[in-house]
Amino acid sequence: MSGWRTHSGPAVGLDQHGIDTDQLIPARFMSTPRTEGYGRFLLHDQRFEEGRPIPGHPLNTADAEDARFLIARRDFGVGSSREAAVYALVDFGIRAVIAPSFGDIFAANAVNNALAPLRVSEAAAESLLSLTGTGATELHVDLTATHMNAGQEKIAFALDDHWRTKIINGWDDIDLTGKHQGAIAAYREADMVRRPWAVVARGA
Amino acid sequence: MTAPRTLYQKIWDAHVIHTREDGADLLWVDRHLVHEGSHHAFARLAERGLRVAEPGLTTGVADHYVPTRGTPASEAIGRMIATLRENCARHGIRFFGQRDPRQGIVHVVGPEQGLTLPGLTMVCGDSHTSTHGALGAIAFGIGATEVAHVLATQTIWQKPARSLRLTFDGALGPGITAKDMALHWIARLGSGGAQGHAVEYAGSAVRALSMEGRLTLCNLSIEGGARCGMVAPDDTTFAYLEGRSFVPDGPHWEAAREAWSDLPSDADAAFDRDVTIDAAEIEPTVTWGTSPEDALPIGATVPDPDRAATDRRDHIARALDYMGLSAGRPLSGTPIDQVFIGSCTNARIEDLREAASVLAGRVAKVPGLVSPGSALVKQVAEQEGLDRVFRDAGLTWVEAGCSMCVGMNGDIVPPGKRCASTTNRNFRGRQGPGARTHLMSPAMVAAAAVTGELTDVRFLLTGRAA
Repeated sequence: MSGWRTHSGPAVGLDQHGIDTDQLIPARFMSTPRTEGYGRFLLHDQRFEEGRPIPGHPLNTADAEDARFLIARRDFGVGSSREAAVYALVDFGIRAVIAPSFGDIFAANAVNNALAPLRVSEAAAESLLSLTGTGATELHVDLTATHMNAGQEKIAFALDDHWRTKIINGWDDIDLTGKHQGAIAAYREADMVRRPWAVVARGA
Repeated sequence: MTAPRTLYQKIWDAHVIHTREDGADLLWVDRHLVHEGSHHAFARLAERGLRVAEPGLTTGVADHYVPTRGTPASEAIGRMIATLRENCARHGIRFFGQRDPRQGIVHVVGPEQGLTLPGLTMVCGDSHTSTHGALGAIAFGIGATEVAHVLATQTIWQKPARSLRLTFDGALGPGITAKDMALHWIARLGSGGAQGHAVEYAGSAVRALSMEGRLTLCNLSIEGGARCGMVAPDDTTFAYLEGRSFVPDGPHWEAAREAWSDLPSDADAAFDRDVTIDAAEIEPTVTWGTSPEDALPIGATVPDPDRAATDRRDHIARALDYMGLSAGRPLSGTPIDQVFIGSCTNARIEDLREAASVLAGRVAKVPGLVSPGSALVKQVAEQEGLDRVFRDAGLTWVEAGCSMCVGMNGDIVPPGKRCASTTNRNFRGRQGPGARTHLMSPAMVAAAAVTGELTDVRFLLTGRAA
């Protein structure tokens, strides 16, 4: 996974709260191999009707094709743990989702795919949404900063420090955990003595 | 002297391998459950040439894509099940596949087989993993990258969640179930109300619940945004577990019982948040919108966006449009097209008994599907003659799986059709594109089947055991 520090590009706004992962990618698309690309599935049932794009949906505009940022209201990504919801956003080209709050599992999945879940205040989300409502808005996000730029406006965002480092470096947890192999082995050995009952019994 | 700790803290502390500077802990994982959706994670392992670290602590269950009738609905669906079988075989993982007597929905199978135990950490690539917390375990859903990490290392990085104690004082009224308790608190706190929190369910109404009821309550924790939900283990827990296939026996059972008796939160343990609910106030609850927080007592009317708080107006208006409902109309009497009884939320034996007690000797006005939570639940239900009750009422009795809760296997609600469902999510399109879902308890779904409309089940319980 390759990391990133800064991105500039168009932002699209979705003036909805609680956009759940079933909407981000309907379950029926999830047997598709990732190599085929998940971008076309993003918010599929909001965007398409009988296979045709629904005019007026913010993601169906010409500007949205190059979108790098998605702005939404609170509780973005609640629901199912499907990482495919993140794949759909990433494959569409989105690099950061900007919202007042996120589903916990979604946010962790996002970071593992270098998609930044940037938390902003409710008021900031509303002002960004009103900007995007008038057409595509150019945003500049520098993950090492505490503010993003929308034209002349500066908007504060929050991102966990470890997540910030992980996204910038494109780190993978399996690599990071590698250096703790000794501690894991020691825990396992001690735990076998301490909690022998916790090992799976043979079963019937 | 150690400081007083909660159930969650005690289990957490016992699993910490390493603490990072930013406060995240590397935790040992006692049980890892995988299903068809784990194919992305296995693919990641294969790319990196890694092996599964602890196949003995890993169990594969086919549930999301399994057909409930006959053969897989498409080649792609069949391939999902075959891929899981192959991945489990390649890594020496115990696998409960189609036609295995232990197969079922992963969150029904874990407790039923005794894989789920008090004091454990458990993960699965499914948000409803919170279910297993009913036995006094820390259990939570994770994404594919994390599944790959657990497969490769049997550990996971996590920051401790904040604690929220939800106390249900008093007793539930007749015909009121754990499902109503869950929809009630989620409606009150909101679908993001418990975000970042580990919920411990407490109080006399929780203690009085059967294991099945506790599993339903913990299952829905994620619908309130919680990381996990838990109930402290007690005699109900131990009686449920004793003798199940994978439960430790002999001296290990005794040692485990002793360890488990220390798990409940200390009397003076501090919670970050405390919410108390009077159980007697809970009524049969149904959802009217497109989020589990859109729930009301059956006697209520459909909310009016114009009278709602400003930040709810837009959501309510959109939800009513999708659901085809008009503001101000009573929820009771809303005509439905079909019913579904199933899912990891409400397809255990007790759920089927509750539904059957309403349906016995009655005929459903609408068609419906009944999918038991596991092959074992199906077998017990058939021994008790429950399948006959459902069939005689005109419903279709099928095999175990996630089925029409998520529609991955092809069991879907057609566009625009209204389904009374025992499941966990009324999200847009969850049960199929354009499907309209109303969540409620198994007894309430049975009542809706009998009358063909949303109905207060208490009117149908006169003279019957509820």
